[in-house]
Amino acid sequence: MSPIDLEQIPALADVEPVKSTKTPLRLDYEYTAGAASSRFLRAVKEKKLRGQRCPKCGKVYLPPRGACPTDGVPTTDEVELPHTGTVTTFCVVNVPFHGQQMEIPYVSANVLVDGADLPLFGLIQEMPAHDVRMGLRVEAVWKDDDELETSLENIKWWRPTGEPDADPSTYEGQM
Amino acid sequence: MRDVAIVAFAQSKHERRIEGYNEIEMMMPVVGELWERTGLSADTVGFTCSGSTDFLAGQAFSFVTILDAIGPWPPISESHVEMDGAWALYEAWVKLQMGEIDTALVYSYGKSSPGDLPKVLTTQLEPYSVAPLWPDAISVAGLQARALLDSGRATEADLAGVAVRNRAHAKDNPKAQLAGDYTVEEILAEPYLANPLRKHDCPPITDGAAAVILAAGDVARELNDRPAWIRGIDHRVEAHALGARDLTRSASTRLAGEKAGVGDAPVDFAELHAPFTHQELIVAEALGLGDDVTVNPSGGPLAANPVMAAGLIRLGEAAERLSRGEGDRAVAHATSGPCLQQNLVCVLEGEG
Repeated sequence: MSPIDLEQIPALADVEPVKSTKTPLRLDYEYTAGAASSRFLRAVKEKKLRGQRCPKCGKVYLPPRGACPTDGVPTTDEVELPHTGTVTTFCVVNVPFHGQQMEIPYVSANVLVDGADLPLFGLIQEMPAHDVRMGLRVEAVWKDDDELETSLENIKWWRPTGEPDADPSTYEGQM
Repeated sequence: MRDVAIVAFAQSKHERRIEGYNEIEMMMPVVGELWERTGLSADTVGFTCSGSTDFLAGQAFSFVTILDAIGPWPPISESHVEMDGAWALYEAWVKLQMGEIDTALVYSYGKSSPGDLPKVLTTQLEPYSVAPLWPDAISVAGLQARALLDSGRATEADLAGVAVRNRAHAKDNPKAQLAGDYTVEEILAEPYLANPLRKHDCPPITDGAAAVILAAGDVARELNDRPAWIRGIDHRVEAHALGARDLTRSASTRLAGEKAGVGDAPVDFAELHAPFTHQELIVAEALGLGDDVTVNPSGGPLAANPVMAAGLIRLGEAAERLSRGEGDRAVAHATSGPCLQQNLVCVLEGEG
């Protein structure tokens, strides 16, 4: 279809065509975390990492979403996990961006908590960024007890434990 | 054409607000019920198709996370429509017609409670001259109802009569959200919500989910002693702009009904996805349904209206009723968009 030539319509000959309109749109939502996520977040407020195990494949999900995404069955068994884990992969952030809250460079990483089959996303601190590596053993650094909320932000960051690096075979399926 | 049937249907108990459960947790038991009843599973079913909208959850790509409820591993053949699940069923039906698969899972869910549904539905309106005015869904339906009353083809008492019948039918539907005994006089004595619509003329706001299994030929006969065969299915769409069509008639429903063969033989009952009372009158007229046809024996979307699933539920309810032997030939209808903009019509026959 060819564009309409306004000059051919006498009544519109001198009218400036509208080229754009602004239509502000705002909708508010009340997010439902769900039964599994709610239990997880309440545990996090108590400084506990509570995953859920799939009754079919045995994988432990942290955070749990109530379902095993590969088997499509409810994950009903709760498993309490330690506060230590292994860096499976990481990224050194050197590029400033809008809304950035951290001083660069800093390190974002996937941390596979011991006993879990799904890595958690977190920050690595208390060591030089260039020393962070795959297999690094880390432990959670929690907020002060009076600041704890129902949020994974309760873990401020992860710091090295000083243990020897984990054998790659312990996390090779998690990358 | 290949013979394809709805062989199983499941739905959640519909509620105003399903507390404490997210969409995955709401959907999973419904799909699980179908796996159990048919012996199929995510890796043996030929195709999976879903219908939902991100606008209900307020989350981009929320439909992808719902696949957790299915267990898509090893990788499955899957598709999604940002429409009512009835259109997901249509896509699965087309896929079955191609002859490469014998079974399909169709699922659909609508958790309306996280947002303000009448406002969420505003976002489906024509975005330049209508949506910026923020008419809510009830008001837009009210314009259509007023046009129908002004045409002289229906009265407010007729609208109330539709509500009374659906509320009464819903008493036999254990999954319904709203049911009960009312009289036309009681309803007419109530105040307007959006003149000329009263509360009972409007669908409830619902959290709920539904799913069906489709199967072809002998596989369908193995899975159900009396499958509900799809004898005709068609969908048509009209102009988006509300002023560009006659809101008191549904030309797209009429055409889809003709193509699906509604009038080729007597109809025992119809499940119509008409969320508002006046819309049921418009759809029934467009389909040429006579007074002898029972409309919405389940109570219809006035009894439970999980947005994006309520159309699929009409097909599922009709199929289940046929499979139980409560009728031989039924019409199921689904709608999408404001004021019956797009309509799907399916003719089903129960036959062992």
